[in-house]
Amino acid sequence: MSRSINLVYFAWVRERLGLDQEMISLRDEVETIGDVVAILKARGAAYAEVLSDSEKLRFALDQDYATVGSTIGSAKELAIFPPVTGG
Amino acid sequence: MIKIEVGPADFDVGRETQYVAGHGGGAIASFVGQVRDDSNLETLELEHYPAMTQKALEEIAETARSDWSLHAVTIIHRIGKLSVGENIVLVVTGSDHREAAIESCSFIMDRLKTVAPFWKKETRADGATKWIEERESDLAAAEKWKK
Repeated sequence: MSRSINLVYFAWVRERLGLDQEMISLRDEVETIGDVVAILKARGAAYAEVLSDSEKLRFALDQDYATVGSTIGSAKELAIFPPVTGG
Repeated sequence: MIKIEVGPADFDVGRETQYVAGHGGGAIASFVGQVRDDSNLETLELEHYPAMTQKALEEIAETARSDWSLHAVTIIHRIGKLSVGENIVLVVTGSDHREAAIESCSFIMDRLKTVAPFWKKETRADGATKWIEERESDLAAAEKWKK
């Protein structure tokens, strides 16, 4: 059985991936945000480069801040973006 | 009363201040952030995460209301392309006393800068573009409210 999650990207993450969102299916063994990042990085050079330094990335699960170690659970949306710079 | 607005439209500081004042108190504090005239800046483009922005700003306003005695809080943040001197953000707080109004206004801005999902991209006169990076001083400013 597999579940799927919508990935949304913002700012330079979106620009450098050339994509603002995509749906991916997750195998049962995928537990954390870090697991998803690893899957994405294995997809090719663009992903590997953009996601190379998780210190420069922020994550949100269903619109709440989360960390690389956070469990995906039944979340429907994972956002990946740079540190915020509003105001 | 909490009022949150996010969109491309400009705001009228006088009208928003009156609106907060209308909810009682007598001590009204406000902060306006505008596009700074940095060297050769042509435009500043503001992007946000629509599904998360409203929630993040509401949480900040709710925290301010629980930490200070406030009658009203207004947060307005613009998105899209803005030129030098244009308004970006407005925070207005209303209380019975100035300390609560001023401190909560400052707290809201410090939190907003480090938590609300907005990103700024600058375009220079020569066409060069750059995403603005987070500043250590903003992180330190937000940190000082944690107790």
